[in-house]
Amino acid sequence: MVYSKVNKPIIRVDAYEKVIGKAKFAADLYFPNMLYGKVLRSKYPYARIVKIDIEKALTCPGVEAVITADDIPNNEFGVIVQNQQVLARQQVLYIGDGIAVVAAETKEAAAKALGLIKVEYEELPGIFDPEEAAKKGAPLVHSELENNQVVHHRLRKGDTERGFAQAEVILEREYTTQFVEHAYIEPESLVAVPYEHNTLVTIYGSIQNPFSCRNAVASVLKVPLNKVRIIQNHMGGSFGGKDEVMSSMAARAALLALKTNRPVKMVNTRDESILESYKRHPYKMKYKVGATKEGKLAAMEIKCLADSGAYACQTPFVTWRSVVQATGPYELPNVKTDTYGYYTNNVYTGAMRGYGSPQIIFAQESLMDELAEELKMTPMELRLKNIYHNNSITASGQKLDNHQVSLEEVINKAVEASNYKDKYREYSKPQSGDKKRGIGMAISFRGCSLGAEATDAAGAIVAIQRDGSILISCGLAENGEGLKTVFTQIAAEELGVDIRRINYMEVDTSVSPESGATVASRSTILGGNAVKNAAHQLKETLAEIVAAEFKIKTNNLDFKNENIYEKNKNQKIISFDEAITLANQQGIFLSVYGWYKAPDISWDEENGQGRPYFTYVYGCQIAEVEVDTATGQIEVLKMTAAHDVGRAINPACLKGQIYGGVMMGLGYGIMEEVETANGYIKNTNFDEYLIPTVKDMPEIIPVIVENPDPHGPYGAKSIGEPTLELGAPAIANAVAQATGKRIRHLPLNLERVLLGHSLSKGGTKK
Amino acid sequence: MSKVTVTFIVNGKEVTLKVGPKERLIDTLREQLKLTGTKEGCGIGECGACTVILDGKAVSSCLILTGQIGGSEVLTIEGLEVDGKLDSLQKAFIDCHAIQCGFCTPGMLMSAKALLIHNPHPNREEIKTALEGNLCRCTGYEQIIEAIESVAK
Repeated sequence: MVYSKVNKPIIRVDAYEKVIGKAKFAADLYFPNMLYGKVLRSKYPYARIVKIDIEKALTCPGVEAVITADDIPNNEFGVIVQNQQVLARQQVLYIGDGIAVVAAETKEAAAKALGLIKVEYEELPGIFDPEEAAKKGAPLVHSELENNQVVHHRLRKGDTERGFAQAEVILEREYTTQFVEHAYIEPESLVAVPYEHNTLVTIYGSIQNPFSCRNAVASVLKVPLNKVRIIQNHMGGSFGGKDEVMSSMAARAALLALKTNRPVKMVNTRDESILESYKRHPYKMKYKVGATKEGKLAAMEIKCLADSGAYACQTPFVTWRSVVQATGPYELPNVKTDTYGYYTNNVYTGAMRGYGSPQIIFAQESLMDELAEELKMTPMELRLKNIYHNNSITASGQKLDNHQVSLEEVINKAVEASNYKDKYREYSKPQSGDKKRGIGMAISFRGCSLGAEATDAAGAIVAIQRDGSILISCGLAENGEGLKTVFTQIAAEELGVDIRRINYMEVDTSVSPESGATVASRSTILGGNAVKNAAHQLKETLAEIVAAEFKIKTNNLDFKNENIYEKNKNQKIISFDEAITLANQQGIFLSVYGWYKAPDISWDEENGQGRPYFTYVYGCQIAEVEVDTATGQIEVLKMTAAHDVGRAINPACLKGQIYGGVMMGLGYGIMEEVETANGYIKNTNFDEYLIPTVKDMPEIIPVIVENPDPHGPYGAKSIGEPTLELGAPAIANAVAQATGKRIRHLPLNLERVLLGHSLSKGGTKK
Repeated sequence: MSKVTVTFIVNGKEVTLKVGPKERLIDTLREQLKLTGTKEGCGIGECGACTVILDGKAVSSCLILTGQIGGSEVLTIEGLEVDGKLDSLQKAFIDCHAIQCGFCTPGMLMSAKALLIHNPHPNREEIKTALEGNLCRCTGYEQIIEAIESVAK
């Protein structure tokens, strides 16, 4: 199939305003009469609030309002479990908990007022380790609950005892991962405007999931959803991070705006952002694997503990993706997996690109290399003996029979592009000098979209205007990845028109069809299908009009190059513009809703069996590193990333996802860690929390593999998250080859490489 | 504290403003002049989102006090496009897909512009050195470098 608009590296539809500095981010908005909001946050990770005295702050010049939990109609919100406090009422549960919010004429006045609020605390002994939190009789983080467990997911397949009895080699290993910050370059920001356009409160903001934000604000205010309107601005990065933290900010700003009857702007500083925002879950993972001498996997037992921090947030679903994918893409007759989330008084954890996969992939892909070494096989050999193929049965008992299972293809393509086999042989020989090289691989399968987490559907409006220009509005939000461009390409392809005809609107919750969240790498496959569906309906309407006018059969029409042709004859009948004029004259409505509901899935929470996702993507990344064994420094020389995406709607945007995801994976693997000590966060800005700079870049080779999926628009599936989940284990495997030492804890920083342990633990507060 | 009067040039236009003694250039640009193309990401000169060109050099405008730049010349992202014509770097960023969320883009462009003012034909390593202080979390930098390379040829 030859396409004219999709499968092409068309330039981004939002690029122009972004290069001229006129793209409006939330902090760039100024409303008449606007106030500035600031949050007073906790002094301690865990404490009882004895008394809050706001009297002095209220008399501070310029201060218009001070709000505490007592002023909030419904103080607890949450997408899955409603237990996150908008402002701490009786207890602060982590160091980023807000206690009061101030609205003032200037930022300076607001900051001054915060200093005048007196809070009397009774500090409490907190729990900062999920293993401690899991113990019987452990002090409770949420006193109304019976224990600290957020969730427990199980998966049982076959009989692991029998499997291990048959195994000739058994390995047991423990791996751990760290807290990681999203580090979107734009800190959280929004403006709440009261009583605008017949709406109680309108919020313009850097909000990843406008609909979940609306749900939260409406529930906090105890008003119907149609009284709250969220309009998304350009968003300066999110990566899963601008969800609950934005809901909380939106609720606080809305309360202040309604109390003062004035617009209220809130913008976090970087320090506030890192202190308050949720992080990637640290995991403690115990893996036991059994195999035959020939390298056939016989059984696997997995136990993962996730630190949920103070709130449940997304932990129940993050750990669910982990339980589905914990074995990796390997055929295993016998599996027993348990994933748990526990409350602690650490910073809370939530969605971050990958969503429960980077942790388990680090463990399982490290484990495969350790097993290969034990079996005296190459890592590639062991993987090829066990990977999924068409019709393989997953650990969840799902037969992979509805799409191309392309693991072997992505492995082979990555191996070829990286010259893996030669380099693996070369680096296996003794190396002289301090600098040693290694090459390592990691592979994954990843369920597309939400799976059995939640109802999975999306909608879009495509509306042709009187002059033939077109508006698209979808409930899924541009996060910077190129969603607007991809959806525009799909509509243009379907209608056979130029990209420039189309304007993609920002998400407006009062107008756009609710489509769930822009998460789980689901936008292209779900939203793309919805846009395609809407454009297709319009095409059929126009075809009927044209067919009747020119006495041709509707199915004999072809929409392309801004015209409508008679098929086969390749003869132009009418231009697209003329067809629109015709429709206008006949009073035909040219605005439609498109809808796409994902295919059915199933899940048995008791045994983890079913069809958790309707389709999967496959990837392989190969890292080549040089380790300075005298200093512990790792230089990543080259990353090769092969990903089957179904169909690349925009190959240039797709490469951008690969480059960006690989770099984020590199940061996760070797440098990034939010360091906590007894609940205090030690590194709260970019001088101490280091993310990869341009100087940390390896050579990155993207390899795009296309096996169109029957469910995807033009066969397209997912790319955002798969790109990030493989880097850390590929690097860890390369480092192990280079140094002969296996590091089972992320990140692989200097101390761990040089000394074998981290020096950063200890200390108390910042 | 009393305000001081300072005169300097922004994007080719002379401005005279009253500023507080602690007022940072980024706040003057964004709040007094409403030139919001310059972004704040960290406030400590680590992320580069607030990069502007001050007397021909790329600087973090969060680390400059406006009161100290009297007589200087400031170029911001809004001044790159002249008479409706994009700077060749802006065009290259569009064509090479050097943009994702766009928040670091103005700072990246200003760092790149400052580089090309002094070195019109930098190599890849020189480009990397010029962008070292500009963080990007989306793009992995590759397409940004490609964009600058396409102009620097």
